[in-house]
Amino acid sequence: MRTPILVVCRKEVLENGRDRRTVFSTLFFGPLFAPALFAVLINVMLSQALSSMDEVMELPIIGAEHAPNLVGFLRRYGLEPADDGPASLEDARAAVARGQHDIALAVAPDYAQAFRNGDDARVTLIVDRSETGATAASQRVRTVLDAYANQIGMLRLQARGLNPAVLRAVTIDELDVSTAAARSVLLLGMLTYFLLLATLAGGFYLAIDATAGERERGSLEPLLTVPVGRSSLLLGKMAATICYMLLSLALTLFGFMIALKFVPLESLGMRANFDAAVALQTFLLLAPFTPLGAALMTLVASFTRSYKEAQTYLTLVLLIPTLPLLLASLLNVEPDFRLMWIPSLSQHLLVTALLKAEPLSWSYAAVSATASVVLGALLALLAIRLYDREALLG
Amino acid sequence: MIEVSGLSKRFGAVVALDDVSFAAPDGRITGLLGPNGAGKSTCLRILYTVLKPDAGYAKINDVDVVEHPLWARRELGVLPHGAGLYPQLTTRENIAYFGRLHGIKEPALSARIDQLVARLELEEIADRRAKGFSQGQRTKVALARALVHRPKNLLLDEPTNGLDVMSTLSLRNWLSELKARGQCIVLSSHIMQEVAALCDDIVIVAHGRIVAQGTTEALRERFGNKSLEDIFVETVAGS
Repeated sequence: MRTPILVVCRKEVLENGRDRRTVFSTLFFGPLFAPALFAVLINVMLSQALSSMDEVMELPIIGAEHAPNLVGFLRRYGLEPADDGPASLEDARAAVARGQHDIALAVAPDYAQAFRNGDDARVTLIVDRSETGATAASQRVRTVLDAYANQIGMLRLQARGLNPAVLRAVTIDELDVSTAAARSVLLLGMLTYFLLLATLAGGFYLAIDATAGERERGSLEPLLTVPVGRSSLLLGKMAATICYMLLSLALTLFGFMIALKFVPLESLGMRANFDAAVALQTFLLLAPFTPLGAALMTLVASFTRSYKEAQTYLTLVLLIPTLPLLLASLLNVEPDFRLMWIPSLSQHLLVTALLKAEPLSWSYAAVSATASVVLGALLALLAIRLYDREALLG
Repeated sequence: MIEVSGLSKRFGAVVALDDVSFAAPDGRITGLLGPNGAGKSTCLRILYTVLKPDAGYAKINDVDVVEHPLWARRELGVLPHGAGLYPQLTTRENIAYFGRLHGIKEPALSARIDQLVARLELEEIADRRAKGFSQGQRTKVALARALVHRPKNLLLDEPTNGLDVMSTLSLRNWLSELKARGQCIVLSSHIMQEVAALCDDIVIVAHGRIVAQGTTEALRERFGNKSLEDIFVETVAGS
């Protein structure tokens, strides 16, 4: 019983090692693509978050000459009047509508007069709200304008001998208790998802090849004439799928070790270094997921009639591990003993805890591994039953 | 020695086999002759245990194949219809895979493969990957694969399909050689001349039923001086 499983496993590993598609999805898709994409995404998100407030932004101002004081204030907050901005309100409206500028500011011609009299001095913001970039820009200009208006208002009250606090019936002090770590849950969710995706992708073609591919090539029927039970044949194929998934996972972790060197992880509240020890622990936490993934892919591929059909269905299977992760990031789930029974979610929570440098509970890890392996075994049994049907030959 | 009796099989509403009985003795070649869809493949598939009959039995050396499928598969060498190879494996690796699954260990396995490669003249492609083999080359390798465990009984489903004249001739030679060694060979075909030239006994099947059977000579006698082709057309049309 054991020898045929090994014979089948060895042959599938050898044969698929010569297949360009399998090698690509095992060696390249996960290990190169996922870490690179992750590093780029994180860098983009970080640079957006950090840069927008300090960067100098060009702001076309019409009638700047009426409000030199205001312009000076805007300048101090990084809003530089554009040199060749539109000359009139009409021009500005057209330029923003065309998308030439995100936003423009128009100072009313009677601004100076009104300001001096302490009347309603008016400025107009011209903005196209259907532009995504414009929202952030208008928010920023508004904040600076509000600050200016506030400052002047307070000075005027003081000049009239009033305490500016009379205008503030309620003062709001915001106390932010979120840590950098909590803010990075989404990114961490992405990291586990990339790891699980790369793991599944590693076994993707082998799972198809072993069932739908073998049938389509016409090599399944001769194979079924050897004196070996179908369960042994299928277990051998699943074992080979697991080998490729583990290889892909290991290579992907190695890829992340390199890619994450270029990402300021500390600012996300993660461990500063994703080193070999962390990678090894992540590998051990995720490895029990591979029998489940292999059995699931083999099971789904056994239902299908052709290679193409199997590819379509398995692409959907790749999305399954995302569902718990999506829930986790929406509901901000904390590790809990009961959640360890849910594969992919449990791995996500454990790996996240590991990356946040939180203490890891080995009993949690044991439950997570057991649940994944047991569910994998059940799916494997189901796949074996499907494989025993006569309709298998199509 | 292969024997089937009262064999019946339906797929949904389609009757693939209806009460088929025949015996194929050792040292003879038995041909299942019939048009496409007559039930020849279904009959062979029941014999090599990938299908189960609804009624009747199939026996190899008096052992029921339904009750002892693993035993039956050890006794059989099978060349299924359109036998597929593994394109990424070489000829030797393709044969060795089946040898190992039959439980043959090194060094006996390598020795056996060398023997088959020499006998079937596969030297030129022995270490080439099967991707891009011609139909004749594929059939040869599939036959070598089917013979790796020295089976006493051989089942071949449309073995000459897609073969050129030379390949067909050498296939006939190998089969005659195996027959001379006392093996039991059952093959299916829809080509009359082929069956007449190769087989000692003929079973003509149409619509899942046997319409005529006997030795090649007996059938010729029974139908007078008509050619086998005429018999075939007559029986199939009449059924």
